[in-house]
Amino acid sequence: MQDTSTIGDKYEEDYELLSADLPDWTSDFRNEAMLAFKQIGLPIHRKGNEKWKYTNARPIAEPQYSLAKFEEIGLDTIKNVAPWNDSWVNVVFVNGLCQGIFTSDTASNIQVFNIASDELPPNIAKLVGGIVDYSDDGFAAWNSAFMSDGSVINVPDGDNSGTVINMIFFNQGLARTVNHPRVLVNSGKKSNINVIENYVGGGDNHTLTNSVSEIYVGESATVNHYRLMSETDHTYDVGYGRVKIDTDGKFNSRAFFRGCGIGRYDLNVLVDGENASCDLQGLYFTSGNQHMDNFINIDHSKPHCQSNLFYKGILDGNSRAVFGGTVLVRKEAQKTDSIQSDKNLILSPKAEVDSKPALFIYADDVKCAHGATAGNIDADTVFYMRSRGVDLETASRLIIYGFAGEVIDKVEIEELRSYLEKAFLTSLPNHRFEF
Amino acid sequence: MSKIDKLIEVKDLRVSVEDTEILKGINLNIGEGEVHAIMGPNGSGKSTLANVIAGRPGYTVTGGDIVYKGESLLEVDPEIRARAGIFLAFQYPVELPGVRTWQFLKSAIDAVRKENGKDELSVREFDQLLEEKRKLVEMDPDLVKRSVNEGFSGGEKKRNEILQLALLDPSLALLDETDSGLDIDALRIVSHGVNIFKGPEKSVLIVTHYQRILDYITPDYVHVLVDGRIVRSGDSKLALELEEKGYEWVRGSIGEEVNS
Repeated sequence: MQDTSTIGDKYEEDYELLSADLPDWTSDFRNEAMLAFKQIGLPIHRKGNEKWKYTNARPIAEPQYSLAKFEEIGLDTIKNVAPWNDSWVNVVFVNGLCQGIFTSDTASNIQVFNIASDELPPNIAKLVGGIVDYSDDGFAAWNSAFMSDGSVINVPDGDNSGTVINMIFFNQGLARTVNHPRVLVNSGKKSNINVIENYVGGGDNHTLTNSVSEIYVGESATVNHYRLMSETDHTYDVGYGRVKIDTDGKFNSRAFFRGCGIGRYDLNVLVDGENASCDLQGLYFTSGNQHMDNFINIDHSKPHCQSNLFYKGILDGNSRAVFGGTVLVRKEAQKTDSIQSDKNLILSPKAEVDSKPALFIYADDVKCAHGATAGNIDADTVFYMRSRGVDLETASRLIIYGFAGEVIDKVEIEELRSYLEKAFLTSLPNHRFEF
Repeated sequence: MSKIDKLIEVKDLRVSVEDTEILKGINLNIGEGEVHAIMGPNGSGKSTLANVIAGRPGYTVTGGDIVYKGESLLEVDPEIRARAGIFLAFQYPVELPGVRTWQFLKSAIDAVRKENGKDELSVREFDQLLEEKRKLVEMDPDLVKRSVNEGFSGGEKKRNEILQLALLDPSLALLDETDSGLDIDALRIVSHGVNIFKGPEKSVLIVTHYQRILDYITPDYVHVLVDGRIVRSGDSKLALELEEKGYEWVRGSIGEEVNS
């Protein structure tokens, strides 16, 4: 059995090689993270590890990966697999490394920097890592140690242009490679921005995408965040998102997971100013032997805030999904209004979901509710539709599409919504409920 | 064309649910253009009768037959019954989260039309038809844009049932306690929808606990169902008599029959 503490050592040499090319300001940050990574390792033991109780990270952690190398890709290839609009600010990454920014929008005041560069203004550079706590998270420490590429998006105060920043992380699927994308979004006061993070690609070889995103939602700002993941059965995808919302800020997250070998999205939202709110909605579809784990925490630390957590899953084949949703309402967070739910549609007797919504409430004047459902469609639903002349196949399709549509319909960016409709509707199976 | 005096014939129908016999030999003929009411106390089996005719799963027919337009329905799937002109207005209409009312109704009407050798409706034709019928049941136009029945009030759900009745325009409408939980305004609207539907080629079976809905939709025949059997049949006056004297009165008369 492999000892977790030796995992970091395997990457020492890569670390040294990488360091030579990176700006000085990143050295202390990265050295500290490397030290932590070597101490923590990766979570290969599930026993006693609440964060990884239902997901076996051993297949992800055990292989020795080499750092993925950049290779230029034609934009047509990218446009075939990802939503795209020339007027968006499109940032293309291949194997975790930036190919370029492509946009027809020349008027935008939003700044997009490369994260590990000298041009990053010091006041923004100091935000990097500010809301990431890798002290108990080897993957986040690993990403931080290897932070060499990614985007920083800086939205000036009052910029409410609603610009769409479309980050595409295309993975070529080079065997046994790892890439560590890094994103930082800093939204100024009263600004409004749409950010897409799209993880796509993969091939027949095992690869690991180990990303970290940090999002600061400024005072009275709105950040609409879209996270898309659509990879192959051979890819591993570990995502770590940290969000901090200031007074009167709004964070709206829409996450769409269409499968990879083993996927994990650890999203933690700190609702850190009065009247701040977050609305986190997600849809996951798993099939074959895929595994998807959504690990979501909402932390209410200030009064008069709202949170909505609404996830849905469709499971087929032998696949497995995990939903861990925890809402923490601290003592100071009076008048919190929080709802969370996770609903699952299970199409195969061999598919399985572990859904564990939880609430921890330390304030006494709050409104909180949670619930989870998992199952097949009940006979009444199908009979109702058949009694109107609709056959079983059509009824099943309407139910499954409708189930997915509840999340997709709420995507306000039209190109993105129609992309998701097509992407999900073509990948969902032609299932027939039997009664 | 002459009137079909037996649109549907229920012949000595026996139905069980999980080894408990619910219907114990029902005989009932409904002719074209007729309105029948089945009244009975809770648990008498009246809803079972409507649901078995529509083909709801979960019931076992242990004896007898249901013959519709000359053919047995027992082995026929519910969607085929629907396309052949049988419509069940549900006592508890089902919510279909994410399934748009518009899309659901269009799928339903196209399925019925296709079976009857007609083309699917164009979006424009369907929109016109839907608008006309929506006004008939005074339904909020926003509701047809929403998921089927989701978040609808009890009255809105029942109106949606009547909207579907009007759209699909079946031969036989089975109304399963459509009046339950309705306030007087909703009851008036729902009854109006049924009265518009009624006609020389349309038949209606109203299943109800109370006489109230029969003030709005006048039945040609009233049957009283107690403990899985029709114990008395008559014209609309029977409903009034029943309202006045209560179900104990017919229970009593069963006793008389047995004793005589």
